[in-house]
Amino acid sequence: MIELTQIKKAFNQGRPNEYWALNGIDLSLERGKVTAFCGPSGSGKTTLLTLVGCLSRPTSGRVRFKGEDISGLPERFLTDIRRQSFGFVFQQFNLIKGLSALENVILPGFPTGRPRAELIAAAHILFEQLKLTHRANARVEWLSGGEQQRVAIARALINNPEVIIADEPTANLDTVLSREFMAILEGFTAAGKTVLLTSHDPLVVESTAVHRVIGMRDGCLVDA
Amino acid sequence: MNVWLEKQRHLIDFTLASLARRKTKNLGLLLVYTLLVAVLASLTLFTNALRSEAAYVLAGSPEVILQRMVAGRHDLIPPGYFDKIGRIRGVQKKEGRLWGYYYDPVLKANYTFMARPAEEVADGSIMVGATLARERGLAPHNTISFRSYSGKLFAFEVASVLSPDSELLSADLILLSENDFRAFFEYPAGHYTDIALSVANPQEVRNVAAKLSEALPDSRPILREEVLRTYQSIFDWREGIMLTVLAGAIFAFSILAWEKAAGLSAEEKREIGILKAIGWETGDVIRMKMWEGLLISLSAFLLGLVAAYIHVFYLGAAVFEPVLKGWAVLYPRFALIPAVDGLQIATLFFFTVFPYTAAVLVPIWRAAITDPDSVMR
Repeated sequence: MIELTQIKKAFNQGRPNEYWALNGIDLSLERGKVTAFCGPSGSGKTTLLTLVGCLSRPTSGRVRFKGEDISGLPERFLTDIRRQSFGFVFQQFNLIKGLSALENVILPGFPTGRPRAELIAAAHILFEQLKLTHRANARVEWLSGGEQQRVAIARALINNPEVIIADEPTANLDTVLSREFMAILEGFTAAGKTVLLTSHDPLVVESTAVHRVIGMRDGCLVDA
Repeated sequence: MNVWLEKQRHLIDFTLASLARRKTKNLGLLLVYTLLVAVLASLTLFTNALRSEAAYVLAGSPEVILQRMVAGRHDLIPPGYFDKIGRIRGVQKKEGRLWGYYYDPVLKANYTFMARPAEEVADGSIMVGATLARERGLAPHNTISFRSYSGKLFAFEVASVLSPDSELLSADLILLSENDFRAFFEYPAGHYTDIALSVANPQEVRNVAAKLSEALPDSRPILREEVLRTYQSIFDWREGIMLTVLAGAIFAFSILAWEKAAGLSAEEKREIGILKAIGWETGDVIRMKMWEGLLISLSAFLLGLVAAYIHVFYLGAAVFEPVLKGWAVLYPRFALIPAVDGLQIATLFFFTVFPYTAAVLVPIWRAAITDPDSVMR
């Protein structure tokens, strides 16, 4: 489903502080599977996910999504693909403070022009699945860490994407909440979604919900 | 089209929610902005209403007034002057007028005495302006005495008080018969103060004035349009003074608005990053911020305009009245007729709504084109 060929990514290219985060990645990722990228901080896990999720473009190399080369597309087209095909769960959740859980969840649906009533109905279904209905109208800053993560998951799913990208999803959760997240993850694969996540949490990496673990170090793939 | 409309609705919804999240900051800004628009709009509405009032009041006055000049000063029209005017094409009516000023030590104010035909005011009686009647406590059938410039005492009975509708013109006016006028001021028989000429065709007024100047080189024709222009210049000048006084406040607001509009907080930048990461386009973010700028500036403009309208036409423009209306001992009471000049309102709209909206867009453009992956780093 996703193929990476000789992917390199440099930051501050041409400047004295030039830094190569990825150094020639070749990788193929299957549909409907959960793939975990693990490795130390600075190994390039998050950078790789931003390239796959159309949040940025590689300095060189090609990214193919469902057979189409998306590495050279202009930002507008990348945004379109990102909105339709990818859902993101960020490490810090990145919810917008001052808005309710419901308002946060429907935000990715705004640029699609779907009617508000339809978006709210879809959000309520997700809240029900994630056992969050009672907190739908609460402002996100009043929610616990686990609740905030479930709001972030609901937001990632509102446009019904094929791929879920989660960056260190259990970094801010305790063991109980981390296990809950892994259970949710199994639900994703059952629904046929592809999941890509980064983690160095053994609870995630060793979980049966994860089908493939890919090790990374210094911008290269290593045996996990 | 529906999708586009729905998107705009979503953007406005989100913008309103964003504004509500920073309630105190935005309400404070809206208040100051509204106040500024209200002050500027009050000034515009007030001076425009005064100009319209002047035009309305002067609409009934003669098109040309002819004064005789001696050594550059206004002098009486001597007998036989009428004959020199002769027949001028376009002049419908010419009438010798008798009027003068009288200083009343009781009120320490000048009155205008004007003679009217005997069928309007009988000998021994007068008609007085509403302001004067109020200040001197006069009512119909009261008697009032004036000592003339020659020292003689004249007593008049008040026949009526002039309608308050004409108060702007008749504040200090006393109408009396021609006989009484001539006796009171010891005005020589056959002399007049000036001559009023009615000209039916407005295009002809200047030609008539030119012919009068030619026929009577010692005369000065005063055109109604010139009087009107003088009034308008006075109001423009007063408006200018007010604007100069307000310039400091306008400048202070401009700095405040620019600071607010052009400076994005770290929180706002972070939110833009999140919105882009979850699928908002750069254009969506810019449109959302544009709606924010428009909602604030448009609300401030409309609220300010309504406040100004109420201030000027219902509360008598209490803030500007002393400067813009001018000063007089016999101050007339009058309500301004609501007059709104579309062009002036459009100008005000342009100079209040557009700069703010533009100031909002510049920093947003810079923030919105940053890479969406910033939220992942």
